[in-house]
Amino acid sequence: MKCIIVDDEATARAIMEELCGSFPELEVVEQFPNALEALKFLNQNEVDVIFLDIHMPLLTGIDFVQTVKDPPKVVFTTSDKEFAIEAFEYDFIVDYLVKPVRPARFQKTILKLKSAFAPVLVGDGDGALAIDQQKDEDLYINIDRRLIKLKMGEILMIEAKGDYIDIKTTTNEYRVHSTLKKIKEKLPELLFMQIHRSFIINFTKIIDIQDNSVLIERSVIPISRSQRPNLMQRLNLL
Amino acid sequence: MAEIPNLDYIKEIAGGNEEFEKKFLSIIQVEFPKEKEDYSNLLNSGQLEESAKVVHKIKHKLGILGLSGGYKMAIKYEEDLKMGNTALKDDFEGVLSAVEDFVLKIA
Repeated sequence: MKCIIVDDEATARAIMEELCGSFPELEVVEQFPNALEALKFLNQNEVDVIFLDIHMPLLTGIDFVQTVKDPPKVVFTTSDKEFAIEAFEYDFIVDYLVKPVRPARFQKTILKLKSAFAPVLVGDGDGALAIDQQKDEDLYINIDRRLIKLKMGEILMIEAKGDYIDIKTTTNEYRVHSTLKKIKEKLPELLFMQIHRSFIINFTKIIDIQDNSVLIERSVIPISRSQRPNLMQRLNLL
Repeated sequence: MAEIPNLDYIKEIAGGNEEFEKKFLSIIQVEFPKEKEDYSNLLNSGQLEESAKVVHKIKHKLGILGLSGGYKMAIKYEEDLKMGNTALKDDFEGVLSAVEDFVLKIA
């Protein structure tokens, strides 16, 4: 993955370069102290990933991503948590790192990047590995101005409730002002599947399927007629 | 008790790469005094919002140097400065002095 680092702090760029250097799959092709120089570079060069600071003079990281045509994958690097919600409004944002970035946390970013670039594989060894990686991914939900972190692997199902969605996890239930369409874009396809216009389920949590319904924990979820063939196709059926 | 800056985080990132450690130290020895000076000049000229932007950059360095208390204070001070409040000025500048001493010592 070819990447660039954009940060007005030289210390931050040096640290990010060193972190990237631990992963042979990442190649840092250029570094920029501001977003304008990065924009010029991107007009003539293609990269796969941008490690992008948010607080920068001239043009902020948020303004920058709105300016780039067909942006590559972006990992925000910032000292603030306040932009997390805004950052994840965009599909190309893969991760949001709060500085100083710990190596263990950066490793998770690499997994997320690999998942973002990996083809969707189901039913073989590589697919199983990808599922394990995606279970560890995080999803932040905004409840009463608090950002609550959920592990993808802990989410059981999501149900549409008017202008809200109910997210049921292995330990809790959350009501979030959002839509199934929006959350579906944030969920890894290997783990989740929409089986009804009002339900997305974690495919790995299915206990059994009977007629036109799926059992997950103690919840019975309907399968729409149109989605049933897709669900059956994903099953490892004997 | 006042916090003492350290290089634990940098050593963790470096993983034994001495070249990186040297490179990092040479960068911070240039960057930190400049930011400290920018912060003072902006504060002294009454540009509090601009000085908050420099505090934002400095706070990252406090985190890098293991000053968790200083880092938290910088978060508060940055917000205070945006609101025109300089109550934490002396405390924050005490942390800056400690960092400056440390940076000079490792030179």
